[in-house]
Amino acid sequence: MKNTKYSTWQFWSFVILRVAIGWHFLYEGITKLLNPDWSSLGYLMDSKGMFEGLFQSIAGNANLLNVMDFFNIWGLILIGAGLIVGMFTRIAAISGIVLLAFYYLSHPAIIGANYAIPSEGSYLWVNKNLIELLTLWVVILFPTWKTVGIDRLLFNKK
Amino acid sequence: MAEKENNANGNRMNRRDLLKGLATVPVLGAFAYGTWRKRRQDHIRNHRLARELNMSSGSLEYNRYKHDGDAIRLGIVGFGIRGAQLMKAAGFVPSETIQELKNSAEKDSRDKRYEDFLKQDDLNLEIKGVCDLFNVHAERALAASANTGREGTGGTMGTPAKRYATYQEMLAADDIDAVIIATPDHWHARIAIDAARAGKHVYVEKGLTRTLDEVYAVRDAIKESGVVFQLGHQGRQTESYIKAREAVEKNLLGKINLVEVCTNRNSPNGAWVYDIHPDANEKTVDWTQFEEPCEEKHSFSPERFFRWRCWWDYGTGLSGDLMTHEYDAINQILGMGIPESAVSSGGVYFFKDKNHYVNEVREVPDIWNAVLEYPHLDFTLMYSATLANNRNRGKMIMGHDGTMELGNSLQVYACSGSTRYKEKIQGGLIDPNLPIYTYIPGRKNVDSVATATEQYFASRGLLYTYRGGRRVDTTHLHIAEWIESIREGKQPSCNIDQAFEEGITAAMAIMAYRENRTVVWDRDKQQVI
Repeated sequence: MKNTKYSTWQFWSFVILRVAIGWHFLYEGITKLLNPDWSSLGYLMDSKGMFEGLFQSIAGNANLLNVMDFFNIWGLILIGAGLIVGMFTRIAAISGIVLLAFYYLSHPAIIGANYAIPSEGSYLWVNKNLIELLTLWVVILFPTWKTVGIDRLLFNKK
Repeated sequence: MAEKENNANGNRMNRRDLLKGLATVPVLGAFAYGTWRKRRQDHIRNHRLARELNMSSGSLEYNRYKHDGDAIRLGIVGFGIRGAQLMKAAGFVPSETIQELKNSAEKDSRDKRYEDFLKQDDLNLEIKGVCDLFNVHAERALAASANTGREGTGGTMGTPAKRYATYQEMLAADDIDAVIIATPDHWHARIAIDAARAGKHVYVEKGLTRTLDEVYAVRDAIKESGVVFQLGHQGRQTESYIKAREAVEKNLLGKINLVEVCTNRNSPNGAWVYDIHPDANEKTVDWTQFEEPCEEKHSFSPERFFRWRCWWDYGTGLSGDLMTHEYDAINQILGMGIPESAVSSGGVYFFKDKNHYVNEVREVPDIWNAVLEYPHLDFTLMYSATLANNRNRGKMIMGHDGTMELGNSLQVYACSGSTRYKEKIQGGLIDPNLPIYTYIPGRKNVDSVATATEQYFASRGLLYTYRGGRRVDTTHLHIAEWIESIREGKQPSCNIDQAFEEGITAAMAIMAYRENRTVVWDRDKQQVI
C-alpha cells in the first residue's frame, strides 16, 4: 500500500463491500442455525462435476455430515460477523474463500449440470459463488479493517 | 487519506481509534433487528396458519414392534421377485445376495442397502416351509431360510426350511403357524382359503384375487377361520398417507370432488417383461401345477411362467397389480370403500412390437384408465396408467378449498377459488401458489411452511433418505405389523375388510374393460351387477 492513496469514496466503498459480504454470510449461517431441520444433506447429494463423488460420500456418512453441518453453520456465522465488525478479518476472509470454493466445486456451473434447485439466473462456469469468492479476494487485498474494524484496536496499537 | 496511514508511532489507543475500530459494529444491531423482524413475521404467519389449519405438529415416531415370546414359524409360497422381497423384509436373504450387497457397500459408501438390512428389526421368525414351482427359486428360498444370521458367503448357516412340492402338503405341516403368499394371482384365492381353513395366518400379496367370485370366497374363509390376515399393500405404512388422512379429517381441502391417481412406468421390467431364467425348462418347472387353476390349459411356456401378469389366465394386469396400490392409498386416506360404478378403457398400444415379447403378445392393456364413481360421496376417482412413459404424475386430491399433492411427502395448496380461504388469500396470509401445509417424512418439525429449498430437495427424494435410522422399508413394517398382530391377536391395517374393498373394486374395474360396460355395485345386496 506504500504509494497508494484512496479517496474517501474508494475507501468506504471497500468497507461497505466487506460488510455486505459479511452480512450475507452471517444471515446464511443464522437461518441455518435457527432451522432445526436444516442439513447440508440435500445440497451435497445434489453435487455435480469433478468432486461429485467426494461430496456425495460425505452426505452418505451420517457422522461426517453432522460435522460438516456444524462447521458450515458456525463457519458462516463467524466469517460473517468477522467481516462486519472487522475482527480477525483476514482469517475470516480467507476462510470465506475456502468455504465458497467448496460451494463452487460441489455445484460448478458446468455445461450439462442441472441442479435440484434451478438457478435464478444464467451461468456458465462463472456463477455467484465464484464472484463472491473473487470479491472476497479483492477485500483481502484492501485491508480496510486496519482502519475500520476491531482489528485496528487489536493489532494496530503498538 | 490520513486515517489510512499506519498508526504505529506508539500512540495509546485514542478516541479516534475507538470510533473507527468500532464503526461497523452497529451493523450487527441492524442485522439483529432485521433478523428478529423477519423471524417474527414468519412466526406470525406460521402461527396464524397453524391455528387456521389445526394440524398436529411433530413427525410420527418409528414404531418398533414387540417380538418377544416364541418364534412364529412361516411357510413361503412363491419365491419370485416379490417373494424374495417379502422374505428380505422378514429378515431372510440368501448369503450370496448379502455378499453382493456387502461388496457393493464396500465399493460405494453411499450404498446403504446392506447397512439398512442389518438394522432391520429381528421379528423372531423361523422359515419352516418353502414352496415354489421352479427349482431354482425354491433352492434360493431354502438358502434364504437357512441364513438366520444374515451373513454373507462363508458364514454359518442354520437349518434350512423343508421344501414342499405342493402348498397343500405345506399347510398340513404342524410346524407352520403362518404363510406368506407371493404366487401369481390365479393361485392367491385357493392358497389363502386353504391356509385359513388349516388355521394358518395369511399374508397375501396384492391384488387379492384374479376373479370377482374369489374375492367373496377369500373373505368368507378368512372371517370364518379367524386367522390374522394382511393384504400386501405396504403403502399402509407410508407416513405421508397417515398425515394426509389427518389433513382430510381436519377439512383442509373442503368438499372433495375429484381424486386423480396414476401409474407411470417405462421399462420392459415395469411392464412385466421379466427375464426368463435360462434354467427354466419342463424339468425344472412344475408347469402342470402352475396351470392347474386355468380353465384353458397351455403347453409349457417359460414366457407365461415368468411374465404371467401379461395374460388374463393368471392376473388382472394394471388393475390388480398397480391400480390397487393407488386405490388402497386413497382408501386409507378417505375410507371411501367400493365405488358405485366403474368404467375403464385402454389397450395394448406399446408392448405389441416383436421385440417386446417372445412368442405371444400380451392380452392385458399397457395403457389403461379407469373411472370410479362415488355419487354417495359426491366425488370421482380417476386412475390413469401408462407403461410406456415414466413421467411422475403424483396423487392429487382436489377439494373445493384446497388441493393435496401426495407422494412420499405431501403438500396442501389453497385453491384460488376457495370459499374457506377467500379472506386469507385476499389478506395476503395465504398464497395459492405456495403450500399452506407441507409434510416431509423424517423432518423434525412439521411447519405449515417449509423452505423452497427443502421442497425442491424433498421432491427429488434427496432429503432424509440417508440419515439415521429413519429410512425403513415399508414392506418390512407391513410384515412386522402382521406378525405383531398375530402375536397380540389384533387386526392389522390392511385386513380382510380393506382387502375385500380392494378386491371388489379391482374386479369391477377390469370387468368394465373386458366386458366393455359400466359395472355397478349394489351396496345393499353387496353384489356386482
